[in-house]
Amino acid sequence: MDISQIPQTLPRYSATFDPHTLSEIRRAAATGIYDIRGGGTKRQLPHFDDLLFLGASMSRYPLEGYREKCATDVWLGTRFAKKPIHLKIPITIAGMSFGSLSAQAKEALGRGATIAGTSTTTGDGGMTPEERGQSQTLVYQYLPSRYGMNPNDIRKADAIEIVIGQGAKPGGGGMLLGQKISDRVAGMRTLPMGIDQRSACRHPDWTGPDDLEIKIDELREITDWEKPIYVKVGATRPYYDVALAVKSGADVVVLDGMQGGTAATQEVFIEHVGIPILAAIRPAVQALQDLGMHRKVQLIVSGGIRTGADVAKALALGADAVSIGTAALVALGDNDPALEAEYRDLGTTAGAYDDWQEGRDPAGITTQDPVLAARLDPVAAGRRLANYLAVLTLEAQTIARACGKSHLHNLEPEDLVALTIEAAAMARVPLAGTSWVPGVTGL
Amino acid sequence: MICVDLATTTKRDLNQSLHVLTAETNETHWQVLNPQGQHALVAGLDAPITIEIMGHAGYYCAGMNQQAAVTVHGNVGVGVAENMMSGRVHVKGDASQSAGATAHGGLLVIDGDASARCGISMKGVDIVVKGSIGPMSAFMAQAGNLVVLGDAGEALGDSIYETRIFVRGQVKSLGADCIEKEMRPEHHVTLRRLLDAAGVGEDVSVDSFRRYGSARQLYNFHVDNAAAY
Repeated sequence: MDISQIPQTLPRYSATFDPHTLSEIRRAAATGIYDIRGGGTKRQLPHFDDLLFLGASMSRYPLEGYREKCATDVWLGTRFAKKPIHLKIPITIAGMSFGSLSAQAKEALGRGATIAGTSTTTGDGGMTPEERGQSQTLVYQYLPSRYGMNPNDIRKADAIEIVIGQGAKPGGGGMLLGQKISDRVAGMRTLPMGIDQRSACRHPDWTGPDDLEIKIDELREITDWEKPIYVKVGATRPYYDVALAVKSGADVVVLDGMQGGTAATQEVFIEHVGIPILAAIRPAVQALQDLGMHRKVQLIVSGGIRTGADVAKALALGADAVSIGTAALVALGDNDPALEAEYRDLGTTAGAYDDWQEGRDPAGITTQDPVLAARLDPVAAGRRLANYLAVLTLEAQTIARACGKSHLHNLEPEDLVALTIEAAAMARVPLAGTSWVPGVTGL
Repeated sequence: MICVDLATTTKRDLNQSLHVLTAETNETHWQVLNPQGQHALVAGLDAPITIEIMGHAGYYCAGMNQQAAVTVHGNVGVGVAENMMSGRVHVKGDASQSAGATAHGGLLVIDGDASARCGISMKGVDIVVKGSIGPMSAFMAQAGNLVVLGDAGEALGDSIYETRIFVRGQVKSLGADCIEKEMRPEHHVTLRRLLDAAGVGEDVSVDSFRRYGSARQLYNFHVDNAAAY
């Protein structure tokens, strides 16, 4: 037989040693250092896409889509704060620092959030005048590093968010590499210019929930009990973390799943620590319910919120609000295909660019380069964010009305089913077409 | 002088009374009786006033202080003068952990000992401890001066940035990237100024101190330094 005539099998990549894995092994062998990048996990995970709503039919009345009201407002901080926050929509902007983002990007986030009637949040490094000036409602993050921490800024804030962890790196501190430590960033953080800034992973003056209770008391005393105190945790052990946050005196708990982004950290951290937000919401809500605190201590969830359907599903599972970070940056202009040529020059492609730590973002968002940052028009970018937030809200309302709800908060787990066994188990809703909730009910 | 007895007045009422004071206030001298170890006493001050706390205070005493001069006639708990911006806090007794944590300015004087993590992440404050300090003090300390007349515990100045540390006694061990440095004339001047401000007499010579600070080898990550972390 002519060997050349034998049909050849196609080259086959290993599912275990796939091309990306091989490239990472080669990169590690060449450099001796782990890969650092921005953003959240990129792996496939059980997510809100694995849930579906059961629209109204014989047993439920829907609301007219263009006539009957479906309210969207939310109160945050009603437990103890004298001045709780009232937002028009239950979609907030997550904490992102000046330093990781340009001043223009921070201003744009404030502008967009203000138009939409929601809040934005500072980040590691303190509060900038641009951000405060353009944010009608601003949440001030209280982080382990305390970079830029200033009681005058605390008093200017509308709420305080004590950050214990974030979904991209629960148990990890911050990282801002030297190329993004400009004069202004260094000055705000009391650090030498150009160094690799490492933020602590633990707070310097309290350890554990008993101490946190005292820390919260101090912050309340300093602000005369006016401002809501949030506690933000990365999703790992949501039942216990939420219960302990409530015990510590939080007004609001922010729960960030592993899809939540970061300015920069190790790839291995992003992809292998923490749990998806879908798996975290129900245990968190359960903790609140067990303590009689559901809807009294508000729950904000984040990590992978992209659409109004995601918003509606998160609220149906029991959250009071959601928070967006990555999607907000995309709305500003991050990873825009119009910049494809420049992304190619950086060795990547639009939609995959995640080397935010390098500060070379052609969109002018994740950079401190003044030339690049000047590319972002904060007014136009803020408008895009406001438009996006409006669409998220309209989409969530569309679903809520179809389920017969006159307020987004009236959505409930009974409105949902799951497409996969995994999602059914995590979200504690039935597998579609069955009454089976894995781990809860029998077959 | 205004006297507030915490046996009959709540901490909330005390702090609220102090928070409404402005730079023009004539209520400039306060005395607090029966503090009984309560937390967050006189936290969040922002006026040029003098306060004397007649007893022990709990966590975060004088936290985030601005302008005020606070004296505690007793011991203090965790985080005294944490994140202080300006003013002066004087502890006549001992201090627990994280004294002066992340403080940006002002002067913190502790007549006795301070426990672990004294001056952690300090960002410009001056701290003078007349006794000894515990382990992991000046961890990630960024700016300011830490003066210790007694001994220092393990891992002093671990991952330190630009803070200057002066120790008169023994240092059990230095943390990553912290080294002993030369005492130059300008350091003698700074140290004398701080000792004078803390009420330490000329009988304590600046020549009896050694200076420690950052080797600046870990400012930018390099894989060859990974074992240092």
